[in-house]
Amino acid sequence: MSKILQILIWGAVFLAGLLAVATIALHRGEQINAMWLVVAAVCTYALGYRFYSKFIAAKVLALDALRATPAERLENGRDFVPTNKWVVFGHHFAAIAGPGPLVGPVLAAQFGYLPGTLWVLAGAVFGGCVQDFVILLFSVRRDGKSLTKMAKEEVGRVGGFVAYVAVISIIVILLGVAALIVVNALKSSPWGTFTIAMTIPIALLMGIYLRRLRPGKVMEASALGFILILLAIWGGQWASQNPAVAHYFTLTAPTLAILIIAYGFAASALPVWLLLAPRDYLSTFVKLGTIALLALGIIAIRPTLHMPALTRFIDGSGPVFAGKIFPFAFITIACGAISGFHSLISSGTTPKLISREIETRMVGYGAMIAESMVAIMAMIAACVLQPGTYFAINSPAGIVGAAPETAAATISSWGFPVTAVEMQSLAHVVGEQTLFNRTGGAPAFAVGMAHIFSNSLGGQAVMALWYHFAIMFEALFILTVLDAGTRVGRFMVQDALGHIWEPAGRTSWYPSILGTSALIVGAWGYFLWQGVRDPLGGINSLWPLFGISNQLLATVALCVATTIVIKMGKARYAPVTLVPLAWLVSVTFTASYHKVFDRNPRIGFLAHAQQLGASAGGTSGRLIFNDRLDTLVTGVLIIMVALILVESGLEWIRVLSGRKQAEVREAPFVTTRFATEEQA
Amino acid sequence: MSRIGRITTLLMAVLREIFDESAYQRFLALSGMASSRGAYARFMREREGTKLRAPRCC
Repeated sequence: MSKILQILIWGAVFLAGLLAVATIALHRGEQINAMWLVVAAVCTYALGYRFYSKFIAAKVLALDALRATPAERLENGRDFVPTNKWVVFGHHFAAIAGPGPLVGPVLAAQFGYLPGTLWVLAGAVFGGCVQDFVILLFSVRRDGKSLTKMAKEEVGRVGGFVAYVAVISIIVILLGVAALIVVNALKSSPWGTFTIAMTIPIALLMGIYLRRLRPGKVMEASALGFILILLAIWGGQWASQNPAVAHYFTLTAPTLAILIIAYGFAASALPVWLLLAPRDYLSTFVKLGTIALLALGIIAIRPTLHMPALTRFIDGSGPVFAGKIFPFAFITIACGAISGFHSLISSGTTPKLISREIETRMVGYGAMIAESMVAIMAMIAACVLQPGTYFAINSPAGIVGAAPETAAATISSWGFPVTAVEMQSLAHVVGEQTLFNRTGGAPAFAVGMAHIFSNSLGGQAVMALWYHFAIMFEALFILTVLDAGTRVGRFMVQDALGHIWEPAGRTSWYPSILGTSALIVGAWGYFLWQGVRDPLGGINSLWPLFGISNQLLATVALCVATTIVIKMGKARYAPVTLVPLAWLVSVTFTASYHKVFDRNPRIGFLAHAQQLGASAGGTSGRLIFNDRLDTLVTGVLIIMVALILVESGLEWIRVLSGRKQAEVREAPFVTTRFATEEQA
Repeated sequence: MSRIGRITTLLMAVLREIFDESAYQRFLALSGMASSRGAYARFMREREGTKLRAPRCC
């Protein structure tokens, strides 16, 4: 392609993107079409990938097409396997895409579609994609080492310890919040509960099918499982309409919480082939299909966004969660913009599959773009709802009132008209008893997704089926994160305890399995229980805590990345990782400060505890303890990250001042055979 | 092979990797075993020590 043609094409992409961003940013008082968000996103990502990631690849990282990767050098047919770049891309995307990019944007939509959308676009291009890309490349150059090992080797002992604590903390908090989202989506919903309950025997059947009948035929078993799940959704309708059956599946939040805690324990302790692995496959099967379907649905119907660009809640008084745009929008949307959790995947399985160093750009930067696009779709799904409906679903009873009429009146008084009759009618259409106070983001996303799907296929007659398909999709997704996360947490605790008492580290010793599973499940179960008993719905306090811990892990990853960039003698390019690091530090430290010390009891844990203390009620003691525990968790995380920041800063000063030789711990250079094969 | 054929082949390769079918085939090739209940059980035990230790994102 000629240079002039390239300039013209990229110039057109830039202009289209600029027009789309200007449209979504400057339109006030009239509704816009969702396609403006899609165009803005596609153009931003295209420009970011073509120019920024290329700059990073060439100047900052100096990707070397001749350098052999660990997949080639250490090839063992098991962990280290040189793999086609598209295959690694799909594998990496499947591992990083979780419920986060679906839930975060839905919650942040309370500010309007604009803040979340801009953060998703800018955060991904300049933060999340960069983090995933550089950590992947640095892990590839270090034989596929994990983030915690890189932190220990490149930053120092404190760095390694902090990374370990951050990982464990984020896993525990994430699992507690994820379980809470499922509870809020399924409470008093016999249809949804029946469908999700059926996924357990379906997974067990798949496990037996894979183990006994057709060993290794995973896609076949997953397709079969998917058909059974569709039958379960259809059967859920029957269950919800049959009072005798519905009675057993109409559960309160505490009952669901206990069942999920028991499930998490069982999934961690049972043989992996029986429940965990088949569920994981089934979840991936549904996840990839549904994301593709949602993208097609949005393009097919090009829905109008009913949510305004900005709502009155930018002042921090939002009902979904309290706090102003800065810093709360930036910790509410983590996955989709920048997520520290991704650095664990980028330094986990993926670096061991990369066959050429130059492919880290497409896999690391590119897969995060795909994840960010999922977040944009979630934002669209939330914003196609009428704002009154959105707030009715997402506002806790503690804010708007438990009675439908009271809640509708409160929400209407904010300037978002909605009536109890409209909400009852919508609940009837989607096959639910009520849609009021269904906090957590999942039900709102499901209603939006059902709206898009039913407009593309089947009309309102099948809206209930689509809604429960969406609920099943989210719950399956989340429960898979839950059982896999519990197991990973268990392994980490076993590894740590093994240093103190050798038998505790044996992963096949049942007393250790049961003890460490109980420890991890007890930890996230406590947060879940706290959320379930919280009169404000739990999301208000727990989602920010999750956002803070996730972004703090990103801070650790970017500290490691900046240290390595400086040690590579590329200090002039350090802003590539230093700027997102500085942004995250300001966001997370400000958010942590507000969550602990803010005088507004809806924001600050201590103010909330003080308020509860003043109104001595029956459950105040426990709630006060929870507030203090959340304060402690936030404080410990912040101190840990401050330590790694100081340790990193000192290392940078030592290297830049010449007091320490700039030396990176890369694996020795070996020429790849693939380059010669290509030339031949 | 036609372009559609190549894309389909690539897509199937992606899915086989995501769903561990390729990993199972590599395991069989490495261990010299034929696909069986026992082989799959051994493969799953091995996977538990590697892939299933990797965290899944949020």
